[in-house]
This record gives sequence, C-alpha cells and structure tokens, in this order.
Amino acid sequence: MSKIPGDLHYTRSHEWVRRLSSGQLEVGITDHAQEALGDLVYVEVPQVSRRLVAGEACAVVESVKAASDVYSPVAGQVAASNEDLAHRPELLNSDPYGAGWLMRVVPDAAAAAGPLLTPAEYAQFLEEAG
Amino acid sequence: MGLRTPLYDTQIAQGAKIIDFGGWDMPLSFGSQIDEHHAVRRDAGIFDVSHMCIVDLTGARTRKFLRFLLANDVAKLSIPGQALYSCLLRPSGGVIDDLIAYFMTESWFRLVANAGTRRKDLAWIAEHAGPFGVEVRERTDLAMLAVQGPNAIAKTVTLIAPERRGAARQLARFSGAEFDSWFVARTGYTGEDGFEIMLPAAEAAPVWRALVAEGVTPAGLGARDTLRLEAGMNLYGNDMDESRHPLESGLAWTVAFEPASRDFIGRAALTRAREVGGPALVGLVLEDRGVLRKSQQVSAAPDTEAAPRASETLGEVTSGTFSPTMNRAIALARLAPGAGPKVLVDIRGKAQAARVVKPPFVRNGKILIPV
Repeated sequence: MSKIPGDLHYTRSHEWVRRLSSGQLEVGITDHAQEALGDLVYVEVPQVSRRLVAGEACAVVESVKAASDVYSPVAGQVAASNEDLAHRPELLNSDPYGAGWLMRVVPDAAAAAGPLLTPAEYAQFLEEAG
Repeated sequence: MGLRTPLYDTQIAQGAKIIDFGGWDMPLSFGSQIDEHHAVRRDAGIFDVSHMCIVDLTGARTRKFLRFLLANDVAKLSIPGQALYSCLLRPSGGVIDDLIAYFMTESWFRLVANAGTRRKDLAWIAEHAGPFGVEVRERTDLAMLAVQGPNAIAKTVTLIAPERRGAARQLARFSGAEFDSWFVARTGYTGEDGFEIMLPAAEAAPVWRALVAEGVTPAGLGARDTLRLEAGMNLYGNDMDESRHPLESGLAWTVAFEPASRDFIGRAALTRAREVGGPALVGLVLEDRGVLRKSQQVSAAPDTEAAPRASETLGEVTSGTFSPTMNRAIALARLAPGAGPKVLVDIRGKAQAARVVKPPFVRNGKILIPV
C-alpha cells in the first residue's frame, strides 16, 4: 500500500502539492508513482523562472523501464528546482515526499487552483484505478 | 490472466511485481531491479525462465535435419552436452527466432527457443521435420531456472549429489550434462558465469526456495534485460525479427557459411546479402545523462567525416537502457555502414551526443567500454 501523507494535495497524474509558508507550492511525484516506475535513473527538472500553465508537461522522470512526464498542477513561475536529483535520481524512490521534491512554484495570484484531490480522494482514485 | 509457470505462487509470495511477457505472467522485479542487477554481477541471482520453449527432437537423422534447419552448423557439436547458439531463418533470411541447440545423443537434440515465438517456431520446425523422420516433442513438463553470477555455480552445486558436484563444477562453458532428473548447462543470458537448469516442473519451487536460502537473489525480467544488454546480447523482437537477416543484427558470427556444401534454409539469401553489404548492429554509449530507448533516431554528428552532412539519418536504436554497472545509458542500434564514432540520438526532440562502440559493454563483472 503506497503512502499518502495527510497534509498534501494530489493530482490524477500522480503529482503531490505542498503549500509552503512562503506561499510557494512544492511539487513532486507520489509514492504510488515512484513505485510504479521502479528505479529512477534520470530526472529533468524545469529551469528556474520558467512560466508554467496548469497541466503543462514540465519535468521528465525516467526509470530503467520507462520515461514519464510530470505535469504542473498549477499555473505559475518556477522559483526553484531540485538540482540534487541530477546526480541522485534515486531520491525519488527513497523519499518521494521529502528529498525527492521536483520544483517549487510561485502560483499565479489569479490562478484557480487546478482540480487537486484531497488525500482521501487520491486514495479512492488509486483504489478505483486498481 | 496469462499463462503461469510452476513458480508463480512462490514468486508472488516473495513480492514479485508481475507483468505480461508474451502471454505469460512473469516477474518484472521483486523490489529494486537495479539491486537485482548488481546481485547478478557481484554474487548470484536466480531467474525463472520456465516460459521458454523447450523442444526435444529425436530420430536417427536429427543432426542432418538441424544442419538444414539452422543457420549455424550443429556439425560443430561433437561431445554430448555441447550447445550451439543459432538463428532459425526463413528462406528470405528473416530471423524466425534465436535459440540454443544442445547435442544430447546422436538421436536426440534439444532446442531452447523464445516464449513469444513458440507457436511459429513449432509450426516451422514440424513442417520441416517430417521428411527427416524427426519427432518433435515440446517439453511442457519441464521448468527452467537460470542461476547467474560469479558465485552462482558454487551455490548451485550444493543441491547436486555430492559425488556429482565435481562434474558440475567442471562443466565446460556452453555445455551441459544430466544430473539425475536435471539437465544442467553452463549457459546464460547475463554475461556472467552460471547455470541454466531444466528440471521437472514439480521440483522448480523447492529448488528455487533452496537457492534463495543459499543467498541467491531472486531476479526478474527487468534485471534480465539490463544484464543481457550490457553483455551485448540480442533480444528477439527488438534487435532482430523476420524483417532483418542475421548479418544486419550483429549475428554474422552465428551463420556457418562453411562448409559450402551444407544446404540450410536462408543460405541463398544470406549469400547475396553478404555481397551487397548493409546496415550493422552496433553499440552506443550516451555521452551525457539521459536514457537511450528503442526506436530513438540516430543521425550523423556534424563533425563526422564518414557522413557527408549533419542530420543525415543513420538508423535507430533497437534496444536501449540505463546500464546500472556503467551508470550510463547504453544501446544497441542498427546503423548505416561506417557510422560513428560520434553520432547524435534524438531524445524527445533534443539531439544528444553518443559514441559508437563494439559490444559487449560488460562481461564477468568488468566494464569493457571506458566511460
């Protein structure tokens, strides 16, 4: 059973979102996603200051077996990217909700928060997806 | 639900992540496929390969039949137990499958072919066996285990009767022998030393558990693929198929053109192909970070003298992966003759530099291609 921390929000494409005290949103991929991908060997994070549209493919995570896009859960601008992942992609496997974070985004003020799921809704989504 | 080997329940109990492989429910990994890969390179791992197609051919003219059926020449097999790797060809030279032929006795040879090609292999073999009076019998009663790695043989012989252990340890590379109900061969698909064991289906699970208890790591198809690619071994369906002949698939060494008097299926087509020349299967090492994947397009690097101009397409990747041993992306690619040493690979629209090399990349735990 994959871990779904209670203090985060989620997407149907298996990203998580954490609201930081600065107002920025931290984004990563879920425990379920890293488990499904298997050993991560390459991560491409977005450049700092890149503008993102909600739902836009903004990062790539590659395991031994497959490459997968990561989609921005919100519109905004990239404030920080996790450069450690360039040399330690396995952090996505070992600590997907912590050291394996992908990027921090300053959300657009007017942006409607995308259709984010609560932990309970994400758990139910996983269950229904089998 | 797909077909299941006798080890399915045992593997589920050990946490196997199951995928479909040619209609079979097979373990992809039991946790980290990279850990499984390293276990095979450094110690010992065990793979369930019971899905593979084991066929016994019997009859006085079996050797004669195989000399006609296979592109390699079983006349090379003189001692019982010896094995030969060969392609099974259409008259066009297209590869129906690759397989290993074992010389058991003068009236009994055994073939081990791929699972995904089983049906067409059996049909093709049966079609040609008749005139030679050869009987074809698929051995669905047997399971098959591959125990691979530098410590694989030492750990496996503990399961063999004490008086026969010496014989098992001394098996020559690429040959096998019977040990009670087992046929044990010093073959594999990982680039490491080890055994492949064909044994009665009912014995598979206890043997698997005994080897795991000896410290042999259960490994799945994920690790099997990265290991074979590092070892520079082809995968049927990726690096060869019926649209390509062996000379374009890095398998010229498996085609026995001599003696010229031997007629075999595909000879005429391969003789013509050999004169014409054509693309070749080569190795690639990606210079930067990233992962090489099947079907990525390869083009000439601008500074390559062999290529008249940049961006000329040279071919494509047939198998690509991330090499856990080299910590670098590697691939097999079918490229126009003379390609390299520097080429560009299109990875999601970005041209990334790669180097053309001669596989294998890794053998017996050692990196053979400097990175």
